[in-house]
Amino acid sequence: MSTKRTITFEVMRYRPESDAEPSYQTYSVPCEQEWVVLDALLYIKDNLDTTLSFRWSCHMAVCGSCGMIVNGEPMLSCKAFLRDYPDVIRVEPLTNFPIERDLVIVMDDFITKLASIKPYIIPKEERKVEQGEYLQTPVQLKKFKQYTLCINCLLCYAACPQYGLVPEFVGPAALALAHRYNLDSRDNGRSQRQEIAASHDGVWECSFVGACSEVCPKHVDPAGAIQQTKIASTMDYFLGFLQGGS
Amino acid sequence: MAKSHKPIVWGPFAAGGTFAAFFNPVLILVTGILVPLGLLSGDVLSYTRAHEFAGGWIGKLILFAFVALPAWHAAHRLRITVHDFGVRADILVAVLVYASAALATVVAIVSLLAI
Repeated sequence: MSTKRTITFEVMRYRPESDAEPSYQTYSVPCEQEWVVLDALLYIKDNLDTTLSFRWSCHMAVCGSCGMIVNGEPMLSCKAFLRDYPDVIRVEPLTNFPIERDLVIVMDDFITKLASIKPYIIPKEERKVEQGEYLQTPVQLKKFKQYTLCINCLLCYAACPQYGLVPEFVGPAALALAHRYNLDSRDNGRSQRQEIAASHDGVWECSFVGACSEVCPKHVDPAGAIQQTKIASTMDYFLGFLQGGS
Repeated sequence: MAKSHKPIVWGPFAAGGTFAAFFNPVLILVTGILVPLGLLSGDVLSYTRAHEFAGGWIGKLILFAFVALPAWHAAHRLRITVHDFGVRADILVAVLVYASAALATVVAIVSLLAI
């Protein structure tokens, strides 16, 4: 019994060595009912056109590699089930990023910003190995656990209209990760991260559209993290006057 | 990177939003529903009572909060909305909206102190 469904994929192609600008190429793919968009792309790669380039790895919404625009919305292509789509599906690289090739984007800007907010624990006290591990209660873990779920898939940057307008904006995922480490009971690096997060290009460039949280496949809620950082930064700002600092 | 001075306008914006979310529904309930429907006596909003309310310091403070805080909230929200609609004259918009909020604040203070 065949349950195959033929779906037309309009895939954005861009080969920098030959194309002046991106264009669409159409593929007709016999799809299984349970397939996701990534399966169809792999079918194209294996059977129809070996030159199509796209990033992917885990096929289970863990690695964050396969973010694409599927019918106009930022999606993990491994999580975009074909049963939820019509018979014509348009697949494009993530918006707001330069295209490296076909569906592969250049993510250098994000990597630089991610590094700038120091996304690692800056310990309160240096400990030697023999002193044992840093202890943390479940309550302390719960405060930040949600923000650890980020897989750096960049769907939030593709969805963020503000990042599209102002490329200097540090952006949702990096600011949410700064928040994650700031909330960690083992960490003492908040003042260092605030140099970036509380700057004009940090949380203050966010106009709270909230699209980042809507598209996040891991329910990190970066918009919420940014709002909390705004509140904390506002407290810092006014308390700074009281304490005579700047 | 230099610390942003945005908290100066974001502080009143956030305070105004929180205040409006909690207390403006009460204001609407009393002035827009309960009194017009006769569920509360019209005397509640009589001139004498309102004047008396605005005469005391607590009343002045409450009325000031009702006028000034949401004004700052509205100003900042309008600035962002205008930006989201694609108007890119942010400095001009910022000056206009915050000047309006500042004016509302000053008028509220002067009017309340005159009572």
